[in-house]
Amino acid sequence: MTRLLDVRDLRVAFRTRDGVADAVGGVSYAVDAGRTLAVLGESGSGKSVTAQAIMGILDSPPAFVTGGKVFFQGRDLLTLSREERRRVRGAKMAMIFQDALSALNPVIPVGAQLAEMYQVHRGMSRRDARARAVELMDRVRIPAAAARAGDYPHQFSGGMRQRVMIAMAIALEPELIIADEPTTALDVTVQAQVMDLLAELRREYAMGLILITHDLGVVADVADTIAVMYAGRIVETAPVRDLYRRPAHPYTRGLLDSIPRVDQRGGELYAIKGLPPSPLALPAGCPFNPRCPRARDICRTDRPPLYEVSDSGATDAGAQGRASACHFWKEELHGLDPLDPLGAAGTVGPLGG
Amino acid sequence: MPEPCEPLQPCEARSDTSSDRPVDLAATGTATLQSGPRSRPWRRRPLPRLRWRAAAPRPATGGPVPGNRGLWSDAWHDLRRNPVFLLSALVILFLVTIAVWPQLIADGNPYQGNLAKAQDGPAPGHPFGFDLQGRDVYTRTVYGARASITVGICATAGAALLGSVLGGLAGFFGGWWDALLSRIADVFFGIPILLGGLVFLSVVTSGSVWPVVGFIVLLGWPQISRIARGAVVTVRQQDYVLAARTLGAGNGRMLLRHIAPNAVAPVIVVATIALGTYIALEATLSFLGVGLKPPTVSWGIDISSASTQIRNAPHMLLWPAAALSITVLAFIMLGDAVRDAIDPKLR
Amino acid sequence: MGRYVLRRLLQMIPVFLGATFLIFFMVYALGDPVAALFGDKAPDPATAARIRKDLYLDEPLWSQYVHYMGQVFGGHFGTAFNGQPVTELMAGAFPVTLRLTIVAIVFEVALGITLGVLSGLRRGRGLDTSVLLLTLVVVSIPTFVSGTVLQYVFGVRWGWARPSVAPEAPFTELLLPGVVLGLVSLAYTTRLTRTSLVENARADYVRTAVAKGLPRRRIVVRHLLRTSLIPVVTFIGTDIGALMGGAIVTERIFNIHGVGYQLYQGILRQNSPTVVGFVTILVIVFLLANLLVDLLYAVLDPRIRYA
Repeated sequence: MTRLLDVRDLRVAFRTRDGVADAVGGVSYAVDAGRTLAVLGESGSGKSVTAQAIMGILDSPPAFVTGGKVFFQGRDLLTLSREERRRVRGAKMAMIFQDALSALNPVIPVGAQLAEMYQVHRGMSRRDARARAVELMDRVRIPAAAARAGDYPHQFSGGMRQRVMIAMAIALEPELIIADEPTTALDVTVQAQVMDLLAELRREYAMGLILITHDLGVVADVADTIAVMYAGRIVETAPVRDLYRRPAHPYTRGLLDSIPRVDQRGGELYAIKGLPPSPLALPAGCPFNPRCPRARDICRTDRPPLYEVSDSGATDAGAQGRASACHFWKEELHGLDPLDPLGAAGTVGPLGG
Repeated sequence: MPEPCEPLQPCEARSDTSSDRPVDLAATGTATLQSGPRSRPWRRRPLPRLRWRAAAPRPATGGPVPGNRGLWSDAWHDLRRNPVFLLSALVILFLVTIAVWPQLIADGNPYQGNLAKAQDGPAPGHPFGFDLQGRDVYTRTVYGARASITVGICATAGAALLGSVLGGLAGFFGGWWDALLSRIADVFFGIPILLGGLVFLSVVTSGSVWPVVGFIVLLGWPQISRIARGAVVTVRQQDYVLAARTLGAGNGRMLLRHIAPNAVAPVIVVATIALGTYIALEATLSFLGVGLKPPTVSWGIDISSASTQIRNAPHMLLWPAAALSITVLAFIMLGDAVRDAIDPKLR
Repeated sequence: MGRYVLRRLLQMIPVFLGATFLIFFMVYALGDPVAALFGDKAPDPATAARIRKDLYLDEPLWSQYVHYMGQVFGGHFGTAFNGQPVTELMAGAFPVTLRLTIVAIVFEVALGITLGVLSGLRRGRGLDTSVLLLTLVVVSIPTFVSGTVLQYVFGVRWGWARPSVAPEAPFTELLLPGVVLGLVSLAYTTRLTRTSLVENARADYVRTAVAKGLPRRRIVVRHLLRTSLIPVVTFIGTDIGALMGGAIVTERIFNIHGVGYQLYQGILRQNSPTVVGFVTILVIVFLLANLLVDLLYAVLDPRIRYA
């Protein structure tokens, strides 16, 4: 079965004044129609760069795709001509950006920016395109759509603007949508509304969705699979429930442990010590090793590949496979204390076994 | 079904998705960047001049990460390698030197001439020929640098000082000081500078540099003050300023330690470029007869008197004109280079 | 939008008053108009006293200014020392300068924006570097230098243009002076267009336009140019002041009997009413031009309208 999007070993490097920066060092993930993949990671983990490379909108220079394949509906996008790629963009795959205020053209009315999609890709007349644009705005529940189609982006509130961005993305009913931190710039209540809208639309149009975020809370409701990225690489992929209950990578465990919990009263908040590495100076071996409580000698010399993870306690057996880029994924999965892996002292990891 | 791994032993990889041999980037690069056979040949630029090596492994607790210098050292780093900056700095150094010691390269007398030789072309010992009054054009051109450089530097220093102080204070305190300053600046902006110069200097009888300098400072400070005000307002809104105030810093300390160093960069850029334009302005005013007057030696005066005889003796005009243009060019190039080095948006 | 216009108009008034007072002060306080009237001859005390009284020269400066402003609002800009009303002098000279300025602006805008867009789109390549270099050199050559040199080369050596323009100053003869006048402004316009384009090319909304799958031509024309040209338009407005100054020089070099020429003559002969009158009118023109440009800016950039 051909997957909707199949990224294989994608590599992107940036040429900077201080040297070559490996922003993305071999990322592989896949999405199927009707499913949602969440890509989780801190700023600088390479998640946005990967998405932009998939869309083909990287600024090149300074960015260069240096390896890998991006199969979309069976075709490797990286081998297409510029013109072919352009036709795929917007019509078959669309992107939603984080900051709608700067992502929308400030001097063109919102309705015209929406109508543009129909005029360019479907050859519609201006009037027809405008009418469709108003319908679109209605569909994403912008009140008084007809009247507001002539307004400019700065006249909308943050949540409304993001709806406009979503409308622009779904205009041509693409098969795949990549949402790059769509709710980061919004208040929590508005976040929930926007995420609901996105989920509803995805169901209605049966699209594949890649949701890029650093917010674990947003992901839990919406995603089917999660891919965790660190320092330009995937460190773990898993179905969502399994990831939250039994992470198989120390970084994921660290992220989960950092979420403050209501029943954690009086204790110190946990945070992963240290900072993510600069892409100009990645550590040898596993990039997480300087901060990892489980790091051993091998971690400092051998970069772990993505090991296949078998988990007898999986909730969704046989669905998406699990993978983890840690030499000691088994220990992590079973919650073994790194200082006492054989469990002699009887301790278990914070989230239980 | 993979073997369950023993604890403490790294597991065998079964996944086929990753590879960790260093990639030969020069080979794969072109394959992925270029599109299929239909791509135009001129687009097939190989990854140029990149020393593609897989990022060299560094120790986990390595030294300082590259790229973390401050604004000024970064700027200096860039400037040192910028040929435009180096060239213009050299030329300016040369000009300043001969402005202070014209005798270094010209030992003639710029004030007295031999009328018998008026308008003559180049002769041995007089490479640029003679002017309308028989004076040596080469000597006058060299001495002319003094007036231009003096006016340029003094006027810029004055306008920059006045402008930064007034604009900076207006930006810092805001309120009706700011409004007052903006209105006053608008008044000065409302008078086109050459017009103002003509009117103001026509009633001045002295032919020395100081009235010209004074006038340029008078009409030039608003431009600098606007930049300074904008820079201070931007810096004032930064978090570190708020933090300093929360820690109890008073106004004076804030201004000197926190705001001034960060707001000064755009002012420097504008002032350097303005220097070039002030030199051109002085020459224009002298050309029109209201700027410097004889016996002060100025390129503008020379060009003005030579322009009537351009058919017969173009050399009288061309040498001072070339010197003037090169001087202005050097300062503007310097300002450009400094701006490219300092402006973070262009990095 | 209407409020914006009103506000700008109101702001213009104190500026106008301040600027004209400054000019007035410079001419009447620092110079002696009566002595100028008599030229080299020593003034006869009685006549001098009478003239002083007529021109209100005995009263304090601010009072003179008030008288003068009163006349200005009545449309009288004073009388030149040769008896001609300043308005008449201006009416004769203004159309000529207007034609000259139009040539300069058309030249500056058409060529400047085109070059700026082309070099901005091909940033870093051959065209861009040569345009940058060329504009740098042009900016460094003051108008009076380029005017004199080009007059010599095109007027005298090659004979393509008349070195001295006829008094009626038809458009064809104003081509060379117009180009000279607009040269420096052309360089600034080109650089500004290029910089604006380069900056906006990296903006988020351009990235969105690419992500929407729009063809490059549409992105450049509909999205990029629309926003990039806004600062250029405002610059051209403020440039009018520089053009006025440059016109004085250009008119002197090419012997064009325009406003700059009359003004220059007035200054040479210390003809204070002419000078003050002309400069007052020019300041009005400049302020109005700035106002128009601000309004245009509001039309082009909707974010300003609602501020």
